[in-house]
Amino acid sequence: MRKFDTKVQHLKYKVLREVARHAWNDTLLQNVMDLPHMIIPGKIPTMRCCVYKERAILGKRVKMAMGGDRNNPNVIQVIDIACDECPGAGYEVTDSCRGCIAHRCEDVCKRGAISFDHNHVAHIDKSKCVECGKCAQVCPYAAIIDRKRPCQIACKVKAISIDEEKSAAKIDNDKCIQCGACVYQCPFGAITDKSFILDAIDLIKNSKENTEYKVYALVAPSISSQFSYAKLGQVVAGLKHLGFHTVIEAALGADMVAQAESRELAEKGFLTSSCCPAFVQYIKSSFPDLLPLVSHNLSPMATLAQHIKKIDETAKIVFVGPCTAKKAEAQLDSVKDLVDVVITFEELQALFDSRDFDITTLEEEVLDNASYYGRIFARSGGLSDAVAEGLLEQGIEFDLKPAVCNGIEECRMALLKKSKNVLQENFIEGMACVGGCIGGAGCLTHGTKDLAEVDKYGREAFEKSINDAVSMLK
Amino acid sequence: MKVTICIGSCCHVKGSRMVLDQLRTLVRENGIENEVELCGTFCIGKCQQGVCVTVEEELFSLKPDTTADFFENVIKARVMK
Repeated sequence: MRKFDTKVQHLKYKVLREVARHAWNDTLLQNVMDLPHMIIPGKIPTMRCCVYKERAILGKRVKMAMGGDRNNPNVIQVIDIACDECPGAGYEVTDSCRGCIAHRCEDVCKRGAISFDHNHVAHIDKSKCVECGKCAQVCPYAAIIDRKRPCQIACKVKAISIDEEKSAAKIDNDKCIQCGACVYQCPFGAITDKSFILDAIDLIKNSKENTEYKVYALVAPSISSQFSYAKLGQVVAGLKHLGFHTVIEAALGADMVAQAESRELAEKGFLTSSCCPAFVQYIKSSFPDLLPLVSHNLSPMATLAQHIKKIDETAKIVFVGPCTAKKAEAQLDSVKDLVDVVITFEELQALFDSRDFDITTLEEEVLDNASYYGRIFARSGGLSDAVAEGLLEQGIEFDLKPAVCNGIEECRMALLKKSKNVLQENFIEGMACVGGCIGGAGCLTHGTKDLAEVDKYGREAFEKSINDAVSMLK
Repeated sequence: MKVTICIGSCCHVKGSRMVLDQLRTLVRENGIENEVELCGTFCIGKCQQGVCVTVEEELFSLKPDTTADFFENVIKARVMK
């Protein structure tokens, strides 16, 4: 069964796996320069114009797998030499243009940018075109298309522009929310997230089999839609096999957040959620006036990490999730002492395979810490359901009217309305990825069944209420 | 006296919340809150023996229905000593 959606992910995975393999064996430094040749042997190119370019790009991928450019604070980076392939030309007439008589395109263009050649085929004068797109809308043959780079289409916060000098995409760090949408969408894999697998491997190795200190893996609830070729219990067993002391559901942190956030909401009368780091970063960069309205709770990841470090002061925490923005969250001043390393599901797959074991052969272990409500945080709408339940269980009378924002565009609309004081709802659930965390860029696969998987996994929880799940911790 | 109850996944599904709830109630009913400190921990690596409870470094294997006896014979006995 295929483990990934795309071959770009698979390529990234191969690099991560080889880097990890050498890191476990303490042979990375000696071999780092040879890794591109090991991964792409021979003389025949399979991806680019020549094998030397392939290897040059691979060298950059190795660097990203080893943490990327430490001087760039953004966890999302462009590999310049991998990006030079897409024409970012804007509106263009394709050969579907039939040279018709109606000329709707010409009539609708207020700029007079459209002319016709001797075959009556339309042409767009780029010096006049303002990219309004009206011509494309009216063409009955859909012959006019918007040639945008996939990264720019993916980036709804408009953080990507084209660096003409380098002929490559450029990320505006002030606008970028590090959601990873461009990482998943770039067909050449030219934008990628920094990996901290080496830090995770170091933590595990230096723990001397969890005797010096214990290494905890916190797994995001969206894991229920991942690793579908194995049982969840085998993924847990795999994590322990890698050397983690134990595996805990980050959903328990979500239960804690749901309980605290429902109280905070009732007290303040209006809140936006603070679970999604990309959403919070978006408010910081684009709606700074609304910052006081963001819930003061830490995210579920950080909340649970804080609790574990209270119980076990020397604990080291590795969060495993679907999210690139979590890597950035873990660098925030308020979180950096709580969460030691963040890795994605993609990277976990690479770690499993770097140790050459097949999780499907392992005996299942149990993973059960959270309630149904904590677990459904993984999908859009889950957080609002959990806050409603939190109000109910604590007997708080508050008329919850949630604005469930599925994806950063919906978040933008709700925040815009709130900034103009015309938002009807009193709680904004902001999720930067469409679908919620199950749509995260660090997921192995993204499928239509994922949502059902999250709910199914939620219903299997041993604890049925938030109160019961959280009562264990006090 | 520190009593640590494992609330890791394995012990959780074997009923560590019920054990913890009972111990909390018993400690309160017997008025020994000052003598006994109940804490939770995530996994002490003895999953087969769950629900794992440690009293002063000594490991006990409990079930929800043996908790009352454990409280009488171990916790109360040690506190009274």
